[in-house]
Amino acid sequence: MRDAILASLREAFAAPAEASIAHGTFVVALAPESVVATATRLRGEFGFDLLQDVTAVDWPRRALRFDVVWHFYSTTQRVRVRMKTAVGEAAPEVETLTGLYGSAGFMERECHDMYGIRFRGNRDLRPILLYEGFVGHPLRKDYAKEHEQPLVPYRDQQ
Amino acid sequence: MTATIPITPVTAAGAPAPRSSRSSAFEYLTTKKDELVGWGRKFSIFPYPFVTACCAMEFMAVSSTPYDTDRFGAALPRFSPRQSDLLMVVGTVTHKQAPILLKVYEQMCEPKWVMAFGACATSGGFYQNYATLLGIDRIIPVDVYVPGCPPRPETVIDGIMQLQDRIARQRHPIVNDAF
Repeated sequence: MRDAILASLREAFAAPAEASIAHGTFVVALAPESVVATATRLRGEFGFDLLQDVTAVDWPRRALRFDVVWHFYSTTQRVRVRMKTAVGEAAPEVETLTGLYGSAGFMERECHDMYGIRFRGNRDLRPILLYEGFVGHPLRKDYAKEHEQPLVPYRDQQ
Repeated sequence: MTATIPITPVTAAGAPAPRSSRSSAFEYLTTKKDELVGWGRKFSIFPYPFVTACCAMEFMAVSSTPYDTDRFGAALPRFSPRQSDLLMVVGTVTHKQAPILLKVYEQMCEPKWVMAFGACATSGGFYQNYATLLGIDRIIPVDVYVPGCPPRPETVIDGIMQLQDRIARQRHPIVNDAF
């Protein structure tokens, strides 16, 4: 059954996206414009009813520096799908999926915290794990690991 | 200042109460007043556990029956900083949490002591990143550092005993000329 679903997914997303199987998971890599359309099809036609994760990968030497990655899961068919798209550093923007999955709200906030990916249409991108006033995005590769932004002044500096 | 404290029961007439002839070893105890007060204080530590991470498991182990910090008078956690005098910071403290820790410390009344429980509270442990405060002594003074990830219960008890020695040597304002 799983193979049948993967075959139909492969057929459905053969073009213009790039589809493959990586570590047993179906991966569809596509342009940022077709994110919402693809997610709508995954949810409506293939029954991927659970959005498990929204995150990003930083490739500092690549022209399109960030991969934004979504994981979908079908609770009835028990199949997982990964969708990813590449965006550049100048405008790291993709459409939000909050219209399709309510759970996308918090995960997009976290991704915005950590990588600075902006999700168009998500109106609540306040810090969720970081704090107000934090400058920068700590999971980007160019954020130095020694860099501290303390909220309380240190005793030896008072 | 010395004080002599009779510990043998005395009758109304002033004569020693009759007792077994075998137990006459400690009828009187000679000590100093400040040592007496220090001895009393060191066995009445009221800890406030500020528990943030996995060291909590070790804190539970050391405070419950097998190791039993009650033997050192430090058994009863006060879940209000205003009623406690030992702040035990158990676990990793992040920059986001640091203002809360500072507020808890400032709510405690003097005299107060702080124990950094475990590697993270002591120095940040194996973390060095955007989130972690590299040791709570950057924001509040620390009296006892307990190393380990997590510390062995024996290490924690050793830390409590070192703190007890320090408390016993401190001079309480109650010990004055009128005492």
